Amino acid sequence: MQSLTLESATEKTPGLVGRLAPRLHTKAFTGGLIVLTFIVVGILGPAVAPYNPNKQELTAMTKPPEGIGSLHVLGTDNLGRDVLSRVIYGARVSLLVAFAVVFISGFIGIGLGAISGYFGGKTDFAIQKLVEVVWAFPPLLLGITIMAFLGQGLFNLILALVVQRWIPYCRVVRGQALSLRTREFVVASRCLGARNAQIILRHILPNVIQTSLVIGTFAMASAIIAEASLSFLGVGVPPEIPTWGTMLADARIYISTAWWLPLFPGLCIFVTVLGINLLGDALRDLLDPRLKRAGSGI
Amino acid sequence: MAGYLVQRFVGTVPVLLLISLLVFLLIHAAPGDPTLMLLGEETNAAEVAKAKAQWGLDRPLYVQYLKFAASTLTGEFGKSFKYAEPVSQVIKARLPATIELAIFSIIIAVVLAIPLGVWAGSKPNSWLDNVGTTFGLFGISMPSFWLGIMLILLLAGVLNILPTAGRSTYGVAGPETTGFYLLDSLLQRNWKAVWDALTHICMPALALGVNMLGILMRVTRSSVLEVMNEEYVVTARAKGLAEKNIVWRHVTSNALIPVITVVGLELGTLLSGSIIVETVFAWPGVGSLLITALNARDYPLVTGIVITYTAAFVVINLIIDGLYAVIDPRIRY
Repeated sequence: MQSLTLESATEKTPGLVGRLAPRLHTKAFTGGLIVLTFIVVGILGPAVAPYNPNKQELTAMTKPPEGIGSLHVLGTDNLGRDVLSRVIYGARVSLLVAFAVVFISGFIGIGLGAISGYFGGKTDFAIQKLVEVVWAFPPLLLGITIMAFLGQGLFNLILALVVQRWIPYCRVVRGQALSLRTREFVVASRCLGARNAQIILRHILPNVIQTSLVIGTFAMASAIIAEASLSFLGVGVPPEIPTWGTMLADARIYISTAWWLPLFPGLCIFVTVLGINLLGDALRDLLDPRLKRAGSGI
Repeated sequence: MAGYLVQRFVGTVPVLLLISLLVFLLIHAAPGDPTLMLLGEETNAAEVAKAKAQWGLDRPLYVQYLKFAASTLTGEFGKSFKYAEPVSQVIKARLPATIELAIFSIIIAVVLAIPLGVWAGSKPNSWLDNVGTTFGLFGISMPSFWLGIMLILLLAGVLNILPTAGRSTYGVAGPETTGFYLLDSLLQRNWKAVWDALTHICMPALALGVNMLGILMRVTRSSVLEVMNEEYVVTARAKGLAEKNIVWRHVTSNALIPVITVVGLELGTLLSGSIIVETVFAWPGVGSLLITALNARDYPLVTGIVITYTAAFVVINLIIDGLYAVIDPRIRY
């Protein structure tokens, strides 16, 4: 069995690019292109948005989209604000929140997971109890409760989303750290007198980063939806910051009269999340050849 | 296995207690005075003091928590500020609507996802697989509340074939016995009401179920793909069984184990999703009640709902754990 695995492992390592099957390539390319477009639009925001997103034009209220070249390409809302500009600024907030949430929760989750798995014993027990309690809340419910009581705001929003999102990293990394700590290279460096912190940083973390990357990609997609959900419910960012979620919430009353108001922000959420999921799929197929051989994963 | 489940069940009690403490502290740390919220800004100090005394808000925090914990243990959660009724009754009145919606969503998701996933997985890289995979990817990427709004826009607004909100048309449903409109109407053989309830539930159920649909489809597909390589499938093929029989009898029954796990895991997401979908469709369930309670800072009601949701989530996970052993005899606790 051992030799079989070794054989297939040598067979399957023709380098990073070689490992990208054509189908995988399309996935990664499409996903990457979508995500990159939104990131660029988000960063350039003020430079590419035709109007100030909060500027009310009372002479041009609820105007339908008039197409490229017109004054308001995606129309205006009930207060005469330009929908395209608001969608562009919305990308900024959505991606900023999502990136912040993924990085902070990744940092906390990977750190606690590595500590939990590496040290075991009481430390592990305490961390896993915490995981159990926080994980017992249905997703989003904790976020809604926290936001409702802490009040709207970017910082609170990121905090509310991080509270549960570090757990997937923590669980997976803990499992990996548990098996890694008994491996020869870890034992060897301990014998050579390496400190625990050194072992975790040098030997445990590099081995768990690939899986965490995949978790992070999917976490980003879920963070974007969660942010939009909270903003939609009115407990996300303050109303003066345009986001896709608040735009959808505002649009609800005008569904029957102005179809473009709910269409564009929702489409942005959908397309961004789709792009990130495509990227995540490609990344997982690439990093987990076992799944790739079985088809292209789930 | 019974021993393991009992142990798990007992283990959830401290978790639930910790959660109640967490929620209680969170609510009390929050800015915003509930008495002012409910009485309005123009009340005088005497009225505020009276209301505080009435709701026990003038007592020390630990007394409030102990009182709250005691009422939690009896399942009552205290009295709602807004509805002036025991919280348990307010929640109980709304619970059937949420459960009905959740069950309907699961049915839609399972009925569509499993055949689609099996077809896609049994013929990898065929056009059916491509359609299925794209469908699955769309499902997991779709924000349920946006889908809800777009469904309202299209089916209720443009085509005008379905009602936009609520559970039933006023006056159509008969008297409530179980609180589940579909079941009540069926029991009463009130076909008009059955149809009415169906037209009301299908849009919110589809919006709520779409993520689960996508995930289930993808999991079924990959699970089928994996099982297709098993030796017993090769044996079945060698025996000359028709491909249809192999796929639906040998492969599907074995591929469903991870699918059931995912149904369980996704129930939590479904519960949270119900909060937002119920708000979109003005569905009178516990989810939309939570938003009302949060806006009114109705502490006991919010805590009651959060604990109800969490307890449901914990119990569902427990049941799913138990189910594994029933489905897969290889799993022993």
